[in-house]
Amino acid sequence: MEKLFPKLQIINENGEWNDGAYKSEITEELTKELYTKMLRARLFDRKGVNLQRQGRIGTYVPFEGQEASQIGSAMAMGEGDWMFPTYRDHGATMTFGHSLKTLLLYWKGRQEGCIPPEGKNIFPPAVPIASQLLHATGAAWAEKLKGTDRASIVYFGDGATSEGDFHEGLNFASVFNAPVVFFNQNNGFAISVPIEKQMKSKTIAQKAVAYEIEGVRLDGNDVFAVYFHTRTAVERARKGEGPTLIESVTWRYGAHTTADDPSKYRDQNESSARREKTDPILRLERFMKNENMWDEKWAEELQESLTAEIEAAVKEMEEAPAPHYNDVFDYVFAENPWPIESQKEAYAHSRGDR
Amino acid sequence: MMTTAVDTKKLTMVQAVTDGMRVMMAEHENVIVLGEDVGQNGGVFRATDGLVAEFGEKRVIDTPLAESGIIGTSIGLAMNGFKPIAEMQFLGFIYPAFNQIMTHASRIRARTLGHFTVPMVIRAPFGAGVRAPEIHSDSVEALFTGMPGMKVVVPSNPYDAKGMLISAIEDPDPVLFLEPMRCYRSTKMNVPEGKYNVPLGKAARLQEGSDVSIFAYGAMIDVVTKAANAAEEKGIKCDVIDLRTLYPLDKDMIAESVQKTGRAVIVHEAPGTGGLGETIMSLINDTSFLYMKAPIERVTGFDTPVPMFALEDHYLPSADRVVQAIEKVAQF
Repeated sequence: MEKLFPKLQIINENGEWNDGAYKSEITEELTKELYTKMLRARLFDRKGVNLQRQGRIGTYVPFEGQEASQIGSAMAMGEGDWMFPTYRDHGATMTFGHSLKTLLLYWKGRQEGCIPPEGKNIFPPAVPIASQLLHATGAAWAEKLKGTDRASIVYFGDGATSEGDFHEGLNFASVFNAPVVFFNQNNGFAISVPIEKQMKSKTIAQKAVAYEIEGVRLDGNDVFAVYFHTRTAVERARKGEGPTLIESVTWRYGAHTTADDPSKYRDQNESSARREKTDPILRLERFMKNENMWDEKWAEELQESLTAEIEAAVKEMEEAPAPHYNDVFDYVFAENPWPIESQKEAYAHSRGDR
Repeated sequence: MMTTAVDTKKLTMVQAVTDGMRVMMAEHENVIVLGEDVGQNGGVFRATDGLVAEFGEKRVIDTPLAESGIIGTSIGLAMNGFKPIAEMQFLGFIYPAFNQIMTHASRIRARTLGHFTVPMVIRAPFGAGVRAPEIHSDSVEALFTGMPGMKVVVPSNPYDAKGMLISAIEDPDPVLFLEPMRCYRSTKMNVPEGKYNVPLGKAARLQEGSDVSIFAYGAMIDVVTKAANAAEEKGIKCDVIDLRTLYPLDKDMIAESVQKTGRAVIVHEAPGTGGLGETIMSLINDTSFLYMKAPIERVTGFDTPVPMFALEDHYLPSADRVVQAIEKVAQF
């Protein structure tokens, strides 16, 4: 199966060409854009971990190491498309249009963190596992019924493939030929459980065979491979050629969440070694140096401007006025039914507000 | 005064349900029906009979056999412009979809402060008494009345079924529309053609009486009506209320009734513990404690799985048990 579903790569770990098919499209402009978005995500992610350590936000879910998978795939989506992230995909959602402030508000426990900017079809992060595959299928199916060429992308991890909703999502999308890209980030671990305990299958991409849909396995730390192959899948979806299952093989360096200690279940030296060897951002830097696209001054200024952007978002998050408790009550239904209304009144009364 | 002649048709409840869907599908392009066997077969109870011929396979969709898939994709369809009417073949088959309903359908509006909403209807036949196989007879409405963000409604007759289904389809939030199987073909009733609404959240008084209030819904309406008639022969006049909507309950009618009678019997076939009866008792406690002349009686299913059908008559509240409860509260 690994031979049938080879890990597609455009540039290798040393930043050298492996597949020249997209060479003409890999311009300095595109390369710098991908580098910028990956660095932005990484700096944000490190800030998120620090903010949690400082007690300024709640539990945070880091994704460091998965930037190529998230940014490459999000960049392949277009205006009006739908995105269904998990709680580990803010690298993708910030690239697709979520503001950094909104993302920080989410991790600060604010409902506002679930609301995308107007016109951006980004669903709130799925917290149950694999349930979002069906929402993506339904939303894509709706686009098909409306006769548009819009598509959905849905993110999920290797552990999610064990859930029933993984099967139901792929099967419904296959049966109804829904324009969905099922974007699996295989980072090898579902919290602590390694993929060998999750499945006997050698690849996740091969599961596509059972649904008569396209299956693609790629090097999820090669941003070009992710971007171009996801784009191909989206184009296929737009043309009515159905869903694709993409397995993007990657690695999370850190913990499942800030509430977890990965050294309990794996040798973190592996993560350190991977930082040197397979890091997605370092790889792109090596590529840019090989291709004479690298400019030290540009890189320094970029780091500074992104840091400033993130700090400004942190400030906005911290200065956001506290939410009013009415928000607990007022959005369960379009109109509050009497039990909620009377609970709201009683609560206000208990606080001396009424 | 202007009067409008409204044509009516004699329909069973299941025909009234079909008619409600037909009317709304004809009026709104975005209303679609999906579920297992709902297309060519017209549903296992024929509730979607003829709809695929009239509206086509794009709008009346035979789905794969997967309840979570049906509800999960309906969520995606609903928040992207469609109004799915998702059929669960039986309420006892809804459990694989529980996660989708509990963690998504019921709370997406709240999670996003109203940015995303899930206007969908989940229809499900339910209840015992039709000699159905195992698991086909469950009455688990309380799992959903206890689920914030869901409305739960149960018609007991053809007129209400159509009017409430139309209201459920028009509702901007997810509604679980429960159809008592025992009532599907038990009676025919004049049902207006075209569109009309029976509002959600409103109970109906079926009999006026001053001695004992009876609260019931769905298939139990037939049982309590018989019991109320028997009680009347013994000189006890019952105020019979069909709750119709289980969340949110019609607080005003419940309170008004018990404040008049001071006595109440609550009847449902779902298990007693955690059932609607407890919610209604607390509502009476909150609104009418000082009016009560007797402890409230409940006649309910037992805290047991619904037995296989050879035993189901023992499980289901009977008119006899209800009469005994009425006499007990009347004589207290």
